[in-house]
Amino acid sequence: MFISIKRILKSGWLSFSRDGGLAAATCFIMVMTIFLATSLFLLRDVGQFLISTIQEKADISVYFKEGAPEEDILKVKEEISEIPEVKSVKYVSKEEALESFVQRHKDDPILMESLEEVGGNPFLAALNIRAFQASQYQAVANFLDDALSPSLKDLVEKVDYYQRKSVIERIFALTSGMGKAGISLSIVLAIVAILVAFNTIRLAILNQKEEIKVQRLVGASNWFIRGPFLVQGAISGIFATIICLLIFTLICWFLSPKIEILFSGLNVWRYFTGNFFTIILIQLVTGIGLGVISSTIAIRRYLKV
Amino acid sequence: MISFQAVTKIFPPNILALENVSFEIKPKEFVSIAGKSGAGKTTLLRILLVEEKPTKGRIFFDGQDLSKIEPARLPQLRRRIGAVFQDYKLLPSKTTYENIAYVMEVIGATEEEITRDVTQVLEIVGLEGRAQNFPAALSAGERQRAAIARALIHRPDVILADEPTGNLDPYNALDIIRLLLKIHELGTTVILATHNKEIINSLGKRVITLEEGRVIRDEERGRFVF
Repeated sequence: MFISIKRILKSGWLSFSRDGGLAAATCFIMVMTIFLATSLFLLRDVGQFLISTIQEKADISVYFKEGAPEEDILKVKEEISEIPEVKSVKYVSKEEALESFVQRHKDDPILMESLEEVGGNPFLAALNIRAFQASQYQAVANFLDDALSPSLKDLVEKVDYYQRKSVIERIFALTSGMGKAGISLSIVLAIVAILVAFNTIRLAILNQKEEIKVQRLVGASNWFIRGPFLVQGAISGIFATIICLLIFTLICWFLSPKIEILFSGLNVWRYFTGNFFTIILIQLVTGIGLGVISSTIAIRRYLKV
Repeated sequence: MISFQAVTKIFPPNILALENVSFEIKPKEFVSIAGKSGAGKTTLLRILLVEEKPTKGRIFFDGQDLSKIEPARLPQLRRRIGAVFQDYKLLPSKTTYENIAYVMEVIGATEEEITRDVTQVLEIVGLEGRAQNFPAALSAGERQRAAIARALIHRPDVILADEPTGNLDPYNALDIIRLLLKIHELGTTVILATHNKEIINSLGKRVITLEEGRVIRDEERGRFVF
């Protein structure tokens, strides 16, 4: 038994190392497939990050008239907080709005000069409302229109939902579109990967058909024939995994600082190293799985002599 | 040892390859199967190797009915038969040494046995200097000698040789026949299928002649007659 396993492993390695062209082609296809699987894993999380960043930026602001008492504004805040669709409500006082503007634009002399020219504090107190989903902003807007008591409603200067409605809806349509596009792309790429892998199997079948026949004729058992092909497939998978891991390490290492400039807070290198073992696992499972499955199909089809 | 009982083989749609073929082969016999191309020689050997099943009739190998053999028992049967083919059927990705050693590995021989026996057989067939060459680097005669070495390495009960000299020049052909005779002298049953008149006439052994799938002659010290 042990002798047979040793011989199967040795024979698989010899076939892999000697069959350079086909082994390289198989590895190349597997690298592409593993690359795809790893990319989908990484892109899924990068996509999630981008979607949540964009979603964070969508809200409704309710601006209050000049001189509206703070306790009344806080009463409105309380009422709004009770709407089930509302995720959070943040009160921004006139002073906070001014401070935030100054902080944001202190390096822009034109804006600062304009502010000075206007004189005083031109900002209005506001409530920034966030809903759980884009579709819920309409419900919040309706509440502000209909359910708010008339005395409190009179304090409202404007609700900028109607001004930003199209922008908010577009952002949510885009993020949900990105999710759908990701899934569609994954399906298309997975089909491509399967087709490519199967084409490699077809070549392997044509290449190995006669050899399998001869092995059967000299009395080799099924497993003595299957074994080396399985080992060969697994070795191709392991090599492809190593190549792919190196490629991803280099890509993440070099591109991470550039990506972080584009999307602040998105550190691909940290994400890659943080999920290193998951990524290795995904790559090994894809690589060895593809190798073993393709070899199994090839030998099963031509095992009967 | 081997018994063909009224064996008929028809390939689809309606090609008659063997018709009602019956004969017996005793242990340690040397039998030539003669006949023109298409007479049914190869089909007969393929049925013996269970590469083909007969349409009618039965074949016995040491009392075992080959027409009813289970697929799981095929490797054991084939290990008792050494086969030599006109197109050699060596494994192209293995060296001469590995091709011969493969059969020993299949039967589960130890590394020591493999090294000892393969070296010895390579000497017998005169390929000791070609052990590390791949089949593609060997001449036709060398390939056929390697195929014979592979067929006899595990001391099978029977050696089937299907036109083993078909692709060889007369000098190499003679070498191969000498080798088969040597193997026979050592106690192995040899079944040689050929259409080579000189070879059959020089052997002076039993000849079964086929014509259009039927046995037309079976003589103890036969000659090539058509």
